[in-house]
Amino acid sequence: MEVRDYIQRNYTPYDGDESFLAPPTERTAALWEKVKALLKTEQKRGGMYAIDNETIASITSHDPGYIDRDLETIVGLQTDEALKRAIMPFGGIRLVKTSLKAYGKELPSRVDDIFTYRKTHNDGVFDVYTDEMKKVRHSGIVTGLPDSYGRGRIIGDYRKIALFGTAYLIEEREQIKREAVGDVMDETLIRHREELSEQIRALKELTGMARSYSFDISKPAKDTREALQWIYFAYLASTKEQNGAAMSLGRVSTFLDIYSEKDLRENIYTESEIQEMVDHFVMKLRLIRFLRTPAYDELFSGDPTWVTESIGGISIDGRHLVTKMSYRFLHTLTNLGPAPEPNLTVLYSDKLPGSFRRYCAAMSIRTSSIQYENDDIMKVHHGDDYGIACCVSAMRIGKQMQFFGARVNLAKALLYAVNGGKDEISGEQIAPEFAPVTSRFLDYDEVIRKFETMCDWLAKLYVDTLNVIHYMHDKYSYERIQMALHDEHVVRTLAGGIAGLSVVADSLSAIKYAKVKTIRDENNLVYDYEIEGDYPAYGNNDDRVDSIAAWIVEMFQSKLTRHHTYRNSIPTLSVLTITSNVVYGKKTGNTPDGRKKGEPFAPGANPMHKRDHSGSVASMKSVAKLPYEKAEDGISYTFSIVPSALGKTQDDQVTNLVTLLDGYVMEKGHHINVNVVEKELLLDAMDHPEKYPQLTIRVSGYAVNFVKLTREQQLDVINRTFHSVL
Amino acid sequence: MKTEGRIHSLETLATLDGPGLRYALFMQGCKMRCRYCHNPDSWSVNSGTVKTVDEVIGDVLSYSSFLRNGGLTISGGEPLLQSDFVYELIREAKHHRIHTAVDTAGSVPLEISKKVLDEVDMVLLDIKSVDREEHLRLTCHSSDNTLDTLNYLESIGKRVWIRHVLVPGYTLDEKKIHALGRFLEQYSCIETVDLLPFHQLGAFKWKELGIRYELKDTKEVSMSELNSALEILGQYNVNVTRAKSAG
Repeated sequence: MEVRDYIQRNYTPYDGDESFLAPPTERTAALWEKVKALLKTEQKRGGMYAIDNETIASITSHDPGYIDRDLETIVGLQTDEALKRAIMPFGGIRLVKTSLKAYGKELPSRVDDIFTYRKTHNDGVFDVYTDEMKKVRHSGIVTGLPDSYGRGRIIGDYRKIALFGTAYLIEEREQIKREAVGDVMDETLIRHREELSEQIRALKELTGMARSYSFDISKPAKDTREALQWIYFAYLASTKEQNGAAMSLGRVSTFLDIYSEKDLRENIYTESEIQEMVDHFVMKLRLIRFLRTPAYDELFSGDPTWVTESIGGISIDGRHLVTKMSYRFLHTLTNLGPAPEPNLTVLYSDKLPGSFRRYCAAMSIRTSSIQYENDDIMKVHHGDDYGIACCVSAMRIGKQMQFFGARVNLAKALLYAVNGGKDEISGEQIAPEFAPVTSRFLDYDEVIRKFETMCDWLAKLYVDTLNVIHYMHDKYSYERIQMALHDEHVVRTLAGGIAGLSVVADSLSAIKYAKVKTIRDENNLVYDYEIEGDYPAYGNNDDRVDSIAAWIVEMFQSKLTRHHTYRNSIPTLSVLTITSNVVYGKKTGNTPDGRKKGEPFAPGANPMHKRDHSGSVASMKSVAKLPYEKAEDGISYTFSIVPSALGKTQDDQVTNLVTLLDGYVMEKGHHINVNVVEKELLLDAMDHPEKYPQLTIRVSGYAVNFVKLTREQQLDVINRTFHSVL
Repeated sequence: MKTEGRIHSLETLATLDGPGLRYALFMQGCKMRCRYCHNPDSWSVNSGTVKTVDEVIGDVLSYSSFLRNGGLTISGGEPLLQSDFVYELIREAKHHRIHTAVDTAGSVPLEISKKVLDEVDMVLLDIKSVDREEHLRLTCHSSDNTLDTLNYLESIGKRVWIRHVLVPGYTLDEKKIHALGRFLEQYSCIETVDLLPFHQLGAFKWKELGIRYELKDTKEVSMSELNSALEILGQYNVNVTRAKSAG
């Protein structure tokens, strides 16, 4: 039996409103106070509560840990103490050492010694990297590659543990392994059998870890509490040994609703008790931590873990998938206050029940903690049991995984095209040497031709680099428990990404519709541009430039598909930067759109700030024109507005936000972050972070505690157009 | 429709200019010279971007997924100065089942504005002052046309929202707000009255245009001043729009 079929046969769609929801229990309030105190201490200690630098983390490496055993209804911690971070060196020992050093700790020689005999993913990658790969990594045209940390973005079907128990799953895997014999014992089959063995071992360790907390998860879960606990153990196991960039949860709420409906019917638990368990479960998810370096933080600020939970959506048969449990998960934002994690993602459609859409909008206005993704367009590709990994990457749960590829800097690629492959800042020849632009004014056709040539080179090199990375990740840092909770054979995507879309679109628009003069240094390197006249800017619903933006996406995606990929993965593309738009901007020189050297890019698929002068619905229209079928890994758009600009009364604000979301999905926009917040509040939070421990704001695909962002990123968030009406 | 109009700007996310989410089109040109105007750049009747009704309606229709609960609001400047264009635009919008509103100060003689007022679904009428002399002092313009407009709207039973700006030193005055209430309660066409607190957000535009801005030292209206004004107006038989209280 499939989990999806189990849901379809047993779930109860809920059309009512939020009035059934229960407030936090006394125990929840008491436990949350303790957690808040821990979080406060963590913040005081510079964002690092404690590190266990002695123990190499695994599913069973740590003894059971508790916050308060009498209060917790859902138990389990990554290490033996809440917020204490573990070392996970198989991605890269160097990164662990740098991280420890940043926090004044060292790797004990006992652990260090092991890695003089034992290679890591990072070692493997650098054994194979070509000179060219190292060069592009260094120049910043390709960045954020998961070559020294966990790639993440793999979602185990954690629900399987609740539905089947581990005994059944182990037996099933063993049967698969017995049958996994073929004509030729080639590399593919050898790897397959080894991976199956790893998966079986991981399932057994998971059973043991749960047993240490006095639970027998070899059998299926019997009620809501067990279902939540079983799912949590499975998820916890994966976060105990993989520090993946994004460790998403999947789509568990509607599955869990089947248990809670039964328990309510049979008077096993009350609504209040069920909400208490959900609150405690979510509290645990808020405590997931990984050891990161300050450099990583600069790229992905605010200590994100992307515990993404996908809520809602519509079944293939037309029934919506909103249940009471969908409400309960969102209600944690009320009971516990706003928080960036779990990354609550509503799979949105204008066909979801009106009361649910209004509830979501009201929660967005109050907490800015929800992101919305278009179920109508994703369902066509992924069916009705997909989940979002990280920010915007949809995948069928338990049937599909991705090879995360970070992103290339297309704005830099455009500058390379002008300068014949030389870096605009260092002057170094990075791409193969070819004819630079020599004219004083840029000619659109010539620039497009050269840009395409540059992208040909870049796309191939990018795919090759990702092949190296994921080969080594599979070899040295295989996600055994997550893959144990997948089908035997899975669909793999090779998830490429682009940054600087709006910079490139506006640059090309300036070249086409205005006149752009090149300014050269003594070595004839173009380092600046002068624009004569106006040009249509992306973000104003103007087809002249919006079509250029769509073309860029299609062009780069089509180039990615031309190359051989590791494990026959299917190349996909995302338009997503997370907070790295700031770092990308820093590393990129002046661009032909008038952006100055070092200035941040717009995040994800957002228009450049202050260039969208027709209001944010026009921006939404421009973003919605980007073709999702050519950017299946997701197109991220962040929308920020001050409350008063959404409408005069609270009721108007909710109605108008629902109308905006409905319109955006009807126009086939893929993803939208919604921030409803006063600019003055953010300014105050910069100066008085202690007053705003829970202030949450959504940034390109995830949410962060605003006070945990670097100052540069805080300013970027504030400077970006706060759409307000005069 | 090839009729041309001069457009100042547009806002695709307008939530305060009529019911629901609206496309607000700001027309270029206004003959009033309100001392507190926050868009003095919309005064000149010779600038702006020239567009045809077809061009504008094409753009509006591209937003129809967003305008289902709202519609099109034609504002300005003074939209009724370009009544031919506005009239045709409203006809086209209604033909495509888009709700229409004009946001006007009613400063244009009825013989010019009448066809628009007849055709449009609702009117947002800015009344600067119910006192004739103060109106003149505030706007350099008589209030006759505004009053004629309101009387006409009453006679045809048009849906009307009144907007009134509270300006310290001018209209922010207990007596004057009482007078406003007494005046407005005579009209049954008025659905609601919106009090808009004076702000300084448009001050930079005066500077940019090099026009002397007399209210440069005028304080912005405080929340408590706004609330007591609302309180006074609430004593009359008019429906007052109340914003969500801060926080």
